[in-house]
Amino acid sequence: MLSKKVKSRIFFLILFLLLVSVIIFFIFKSLEENIVYFFSPTDIHNKTDISFEKKIRIGGLVKIKSITKNGELINFIITDLKKEIVVSYSGLVPNLFSEGKGAVVEGKLKDKKYFIADKILAKHDENYMPPEVNKALEKSNN
Amino acid sequence: MFKNLFPNKILSLSNKMINNLVVLLILVLIIGLIYSLLLSPADYIQGDSVRIMYVHVPSSFIALSCFGFMGIASIFNLIFKIKFMSFLTKSLAPIGCVFSIISIVTGSFWGKPTWGTWWVWDARLTSMLILLLFYVAYILIWKLIDDFEKANKISSIIAIVGLFNLPVIKYSVDWWNTLHQTSSITLTSAPTIHYTMLVPLIIMLFGMIIYALIIFLMRYKTEVMKFKIDKKKNNK
Repeated sequence: MLSKKVKSRIFFLILFLLLVSVIIFFIFKSLEENIVYFFSPTDIHNKTDISFEKKIRIGGLVKIKSITKNGELINFIITDLKKEIVVSYSGLVPNLFSEGKGAVVEGKLKDKKYFIADKILAKHDENYMPPEVNKALEKSNN
Repeated sequence: MFKNLFPNKILSLSNKMINNLVVLLILVLIIGLIYSLLLSPADYIQGDSVRIMYVHVPSSFIALSCFGFMGIASIFNLIFKIKFMSFLTKSLAPIGCVFSIISIVTGSFWGKPTWGTWWVWDARLTSMLILLLFYVAYILIWKLIDDFEKANKISSIIAIVGLFNLPVIKYSVDWWNTLHQTSSITLTSAPTIHYTMLVPLIIMLFGMIIYALIIFLMRYKTEVMKFKIDKKKNNK
């Protein structure tokens, strides 16, 4: 049904696509560490080759009731509900930065449990709802 | 339905259909805009900047699906040498290109008040930028290479290779840690977006798809006409 020419084109295209997918696979494999925008506190805990010189990002939830402010200086705990890291930062925080919400901090690790941030980004989750619904949800949760 | 896309049929496709679509577009957009800008509630965290989503999400959706169609049409184009596939792909490219720009720009307007930054190099944003570059490369090939067959081949290969980027964009938020949030609407579970925001989003999506369709039909018709005129000129 298919002519010889068409068959050979299909063959070469499939070969080409296989080649491209292999190349892409290896690119992703070698870039893996760089594609990840941030590490979780558990990642940091499990990592053996941590550099304390290099800037890294850590993301997770800001632990509830962990923010303490002292003038410009802000301390809080970032958690993935398994491991925790204490973060210290001075400067302005994004409006949406608050306890119980996601955040990504950029800076350097002092040790595995203590992080000095020079930039804070708020992370928004996939939940969208009007304020009344959120209030009702919170009420039913308590 | 797809029979109507054959070149000899598309020219007889009356402007009436496009005009009807324009009327539908205006109606849907008026309803969609009123609903999304005035009637729908503000978000409990983001406040009013949630309204950017009503443009951002449909734009991204159209940018991705346009490229999907282009890639698939290019596969048929390369294997079976069906000429009108290249007209199809050529007319889709600028639409997808513009929508990916809109998606990136609106996303960045949303990112500033929400995340606290205009741009980050996380997997979702970067892969979306790569999609835009694929669009630009595809369009440039047609602009820079005069020989039809050559341009057709190279651009098709670009569109096919770009297909690999689509699942990366879609699943980047699940595969890697990204600043961008995961999808609110998935096939497998209930949407995590309240229906008072979901309804205007779907109306806006519908409206913007109609818009893309109108532009596509007009461009496609023009491409076919252009080709026929060139052919006539060459025969003389």
